[in-house]
Amino acid sequence: MSRFIVPIIAFVALVVVFMIGLNRDPTYVPSPLIGKPAPEFVLPLLSDETQQLGTKDMLGEVYMLNVWATWCVGCRQEHQALMDISATTSVPIYGLNWKDDPEAARSWLVQLGNPYASTVMDLDGRVAIDWGVYGAPETFLMDAEGIVLYKHIAPMTMDIWTAEFLPRIQAAQKSAP
Amino acid sequence: MKRSTALMLLFLMLGVLVPGTGGLLAIESAKPDWQDPRQEALYDRLVHEVRCLVCQNQTIADSNAALAADLRREIRAMVLAGKNETEIEDFLLERYGDFVLYRPRFKPDTAVLWLAPGVLILIGGIALWRTVRRRATLPIGSDDDESADEES
Repeated sequence: MSRFIVPIIAFVALVVVFMIGLNRDPTYVPSPLIGKPAPEFVLPLLSDETQQLGTKDMLGEVYMLNVWATWCVGCRQEHQALMDISATTSVPIYGLNWKDDPEAARSWLVQLGNPYASTVMDLDGRVAIDWGVYGAPETFLMDAEGIVLYKHIAPMTMDIWTAEFLPRIQAAQKSAP
Repeated sequence: MKRSTALMLLFLMLGVLVPGTGGLLAIESAKPDWQDPRQEALYDRLVHEVRCLVCQNQTIADSNAALAADLRREIRAMVLAGKNETEIEDFLLERYGDFVLYRPRFKPDTAVLWLAPGVLILIGGIALWRTVRRRATLPIGSDDDESADEES
C-alpha cells in the first residue's frame, strides 16, 4: 500500500492548489502602492475647471479617492453604495474622473447624486497611470499623512466598506488623533 | 490579357484591403518619426514586453484599450526624453507591480515562478531515471508487481 501514498499526497496537493487558484480573481492585480505615499497630483475641479485641487489639500485626515467615469458600468453599479457611505461617514471621498467627458460627468452627478467631497478631472489619464489605475471603479484609502492603506478594485459595496474600509479607517484615526 | 487580369486582381485586393487598414494607419500615424533608430528599437521592445492590464493576455502594442494607448504615449515620451530600459521598467513596476512585465524580474516574490519549471523537470527526470534504472536490473521476462499494475 505504501506505493500509493506518494501519488495520493501529490493528488491532494494538486486539488488544494486548484481549489485556491480557481477561486482567485485573475483580474485582480495587487497594488505596489500600498504602504507608500499616494502619488501627488494637482488637477482641475469638475465643478469649476478654473479651480484646482491637489493631494496636498487632502492631507490631514483619512480620505478616500474613487476613480470613476461615466463610460464605466461598474461605476454606475457602485454609485448608490458610495451615496450611502458618504451619508454615514465623515471620511471624505474624493472623485477622480478618469478620461471622461466633463459635461457627461457633471450631469451624472446631478442625476444620480454626488457622494464626493470634490471631483477632479484626469482628462488624459496621466494621473491614473501614476496611481496604477487599470480598471475603474477603483477606490483608494489614505491615512492623514497620505500613505495608501488599501485599494479596492471593483464596485464598492456596503459589505466591502464594513469589512475592509471601516476597520482600517478606525485604526488609522486612532493612531493619528 | 493575363497581365491585365492580374492587375485587376491586384486593384481588387487593394480595394478590399484599404478600408481595413484605415484604422491601423490612423494608429501608426500617431507614432512619431523616430530620429534615432535605437530609440525606436527600445520603444518597440518595451511595448511588446508590457502587459495591458485591462486585457491581460495582450501586450500594450497589441491592445486597443484606452489604457494601453495611454501607456504607449507615456513610454514614447520617456524614450524621447532619453530614459533607458531599466528606468522605464521601474516607472511601470512602481505603479502596476511585477505583473505588468511579461517577463517579471527575478526576485524573492517571483522566484517560485521562475524556478518551478526547472525544479519540476529535475524531479521528473530523477523519477524517470530511477524507474529506468530499477527496471534495468530486473531479469528479462520477469515482472515486478508494480509494472504489472501499470501495464494492466
